[in-house]
Amino acid sequence: MSLNIIVLAKQVPDTRNVGKDAMKEDGTINRAALPAIFNPEDLNALEQALRLKDSNPGSTVTLLTMGLPRASEIIREAIYRGADGGIVLTDRCLGGADTLATSYSLAQAVKKFGNYDIILGGRQAIDGDTAQVGPQIAEKLGIPQITYAEEIVDLSDGHVTVKRRLENGVETVKAPIPCVVTVNGSAPDCRPRNAMRVQKYKYAASPSEAAKLSDERKALLEKRPYLNLQEWSAAYVDADPEQIGLPGSPTKVKAIENVVFTAKDCRVLSDNDTEIEDLVKELITNHTIG
Amino acid sequence: MANFYTDNPELRHHLTHPLMEKIVALKERNYTDAEKYDYAPLDYADAQDSYDKVLEIVGEICGDIIAPNAEDVDHQGPRVENGRVIYADKTKENLEACRKAGLMGMAMPRRYGGLNFPITPYIMAADIVSRADTGFENLWGLQDCAETIYEFADEEQKQKFITRVCQGETMSMDLTEPDAGSDLQSVMLKATEQPDGTWRLNGVKRFITNGDSDIHLVLARSEAGTKDGRGLSMFIYDKRDGGVNVRRIENKMGIKGSPTCELTYKNAKAVLCGSRRLGLIKYVMALMNGARLGIAAQSVGVSELAYREALAYARDRKQFGKAIIEFPAVYEMLSVMKAKLDASRSLLYACARYVDIYKVYDDIAKERSLTPEERKESKHYSRLADALTPLAKGMGSEYCNQNAYDCIQIHGGSGFMKDYACERLYRDARITSIYEGTTQLQVVAAIRHVTTGTYLNLIKEYDAEEVKPELQAIKNRLEAMTERYAKAVETVTSVDDSAYGDFMARRLVEMAGVIVMSYLLLQDANRNDSFKRSAEVYTNLAEAEVTKHSDFIANFKPEEVSVYKVD
Repeated sequence: MSLNIIVLAKQVPDTRNVGKDAMKEDGTINRAALPAIFNPEDLNALEQALRLKDSNPGSTVTLLTMGLPRASEIIREAIYRGADGGIVLTDRCLGGADTLATSYSLAQAVKKFGNYDIILGGRQAIDGDTAQVGPQIAEKLGIPQITYAEEIVDLSDGHVTVKRRLENGVETVKAPIPCVVTVNGSAPDCRPRNAMRVQKYKYAASPSEAAKLSDERKALLEKRPYLNLQEWSAAYVDADPEQIGLPGSPTKVKAIENVVFTAKDCRVLSDNDTEIEDLVKELITNHTIG
Repeated sequence: MANFYTDNPELRHHLTHPLMEKIVALKERNYTDAEKYDYAPLDYADAQDSYDKVLEIVGEICGDIIAPNAEDVDHQGPRVENGRVIYADKTKENLEACRKAGLMGMAMPRRYGGLNFPITPYIMAADIVSRADTGFENLWGLQDCAETIYEFADEEQKQKFITRVCQGETMSMDLTEPDAGSDLQSVMLKATEQPDGTWRLNGVKRFITNGDSDIHLVLARSEAGTKDGRGLSMFIYDKRDGGVNVRRIENKMGIKGSPTCELTYKNAKAVLCGSRRLGLIKYVMALMNGARLGIAAQSVGVSELAYREALAYARDRKQFGKAIIEFPAVYEMLSVMKAKLDASRSLLYACARYVDIYKVYDDIAKERSLTPEERKESKHYSRLADALTPLAKGMGSEYCNQNAYDCIQIHGGSGFMKDYACERLYRDARITSIYEGTTQLQVVAAIRHVTTGTYLNLIKEYDAEEVKPELQAIKNRLEAMTERYAKAVETVTSVDDSAYGDFMARRLVEMAGVIVMSYLLLQDANRNDSFKRSAEVYTNLAEAEVTKHSDFIANFKPEEVSVYKVD
């Protein structure tokens, strides 16, 4: 069975190699000092997508990312590793989005994309560490979600079976497709870039990149249509201006401070409502939230 | 998150040598493949960019996967089950990464699914892989057996086998037997022709690296009743046909991840590669030259790692209140290690470029006849490649052993423990000066270029190139060394005594080698200031070697050889 697979990915500053100048005086990230990379867990998701493609000939893997025009760098990265193509959702009005606005915008792009069988994404991005966008997209699309995925065990008869990595072990669950699966960093690493694909696709460019190219290279893009990457605007995906970017983001940054974690243990709650309610109250009281 | 290509700017220096523009234009037939293949380069800059990008993949896989796996592979090693080799788990992981990255069949033409890389960037990949894991370099590097199939097999065989190599199947060259090691003329494995034109192989091979590979090149006796090399032919055995089993694998000192097999052939079906009787005298010689260049690259990779490990330790280790790198005894060792590393690497890539040029002319000659100038040029570079290959293999492998030794020395007592990589490196290095022809046999291959003047002519060619004023002093010293070398050659060759000539051969070859490498480093320094220190340090070393050997030769009477003779 051939599948249309969407992989959600994000270009992030490489927070794993943080130097002294990684943070500005106001506590925000100094993006210029950190190289922009493919969010690591999104690479785990891409590998799962490529494995699905390997076992289901004729399938396509499309990367979807929201960000600056330069995010087409990660589309090329994904193509080098075996993805078929990708879309950068980019627009000035999308800037400043929190997870709510981001998931709305990406969900709109998924709707525009249309016919899809499964959406994969990394568990979370290393710049925000929220792990909210994948699940929120599932909610907005009204489809099931499976989080902390470590392996897609099977995909057949309209269902996907996924092994999840939990705190105390693994759990195998089954869901109807289409659905959203967010992949954990403990899943297999992504395959390397392929030498032949790198040579074939290294000149792939998005429209905004193409505008800056020499005539010779523009001519190559015309001659080889597969080198043209897609860029979508907010209007193209029919996004409501009130729900995107800053206006669509209820999250407001009050202050940023350096916090050194001291607690070593986590607290495990049972799934009864009282305990959860008590925790929320506690967090409000000590001003962790609210 | 290490990258063994980008962290080593010296590689790019060699990759962008001025001669590469000519090599790539020839290899790409003036970039005409771009019309047929969407991954072929459009021009020289594009080709260089592709080599750079692909080597970056090699560097990443080596830094992130192969090098971190090396210790595990060394401990677990391969094993034999029911006549088949099971690689160490991490070896499987390494191979899978190389396959997924499309790094098999790198130098093969695009029509078989290869990348059509010249030898130079391919050898650079070998250099990088060897730094990550010397033993794994064998499994990956045996892809250059495909070169022999490409040069000598028929089109149907090329389509069948090269295509599979490019898709990731592994190879082996089955030459050695219990009674035929350095002396391959004594190979006994029996090949019998069948009515359908295929052959059956029967007998035993020993010390076969990666002996359970998918596709084997086998040297066997096709002419019953013959006893010498002229009765041997080359065959291709396809593992899918069956008939060859692994009896055991050797328990080796080093390169433990690379299975060294004893093979039994029981009526194994095989096909003839090329013409009968040319197996040893033509094909194995070609195969060996390629393999020797591969070992030269492997040796440079070992030297690189030895230097890096030693440097890191010397900076980190404190004694008597300071880092040990601050002591002259230690920093001298380090700069000599670096000089040997840089010298052997410059020789490796000079040799690779010469191989590139004559091989590409050989290939073009299959499509059209070469012009008289092209023929002349091809012959010139073929001769230089033939002269530099045994130097690169012989001296490069000796240097990597010396560097591995010094690496442990710098680590002191810790280096003797199993806790540091230098211990593995020392064991891995040891084979490089033995297999694919011992250092002594490299001298045998090189000595004719001493007596016929190939080295001297090459040195003169190098000397004709202008250098920056600040390098002139080094050049003057090299000229003086060349004179001493020429005089020593004259002294030895003027005596008609073969035992004396053989006795002195190593000294003459080493003198030629150190002078050639000094000139190459001088050229490197002329193009890139970062080589200046190595050019100076190496010239000091070379000068001392030349003095030592020329004094020995001048003071030695031919009849004194008998003093050394042991019964």
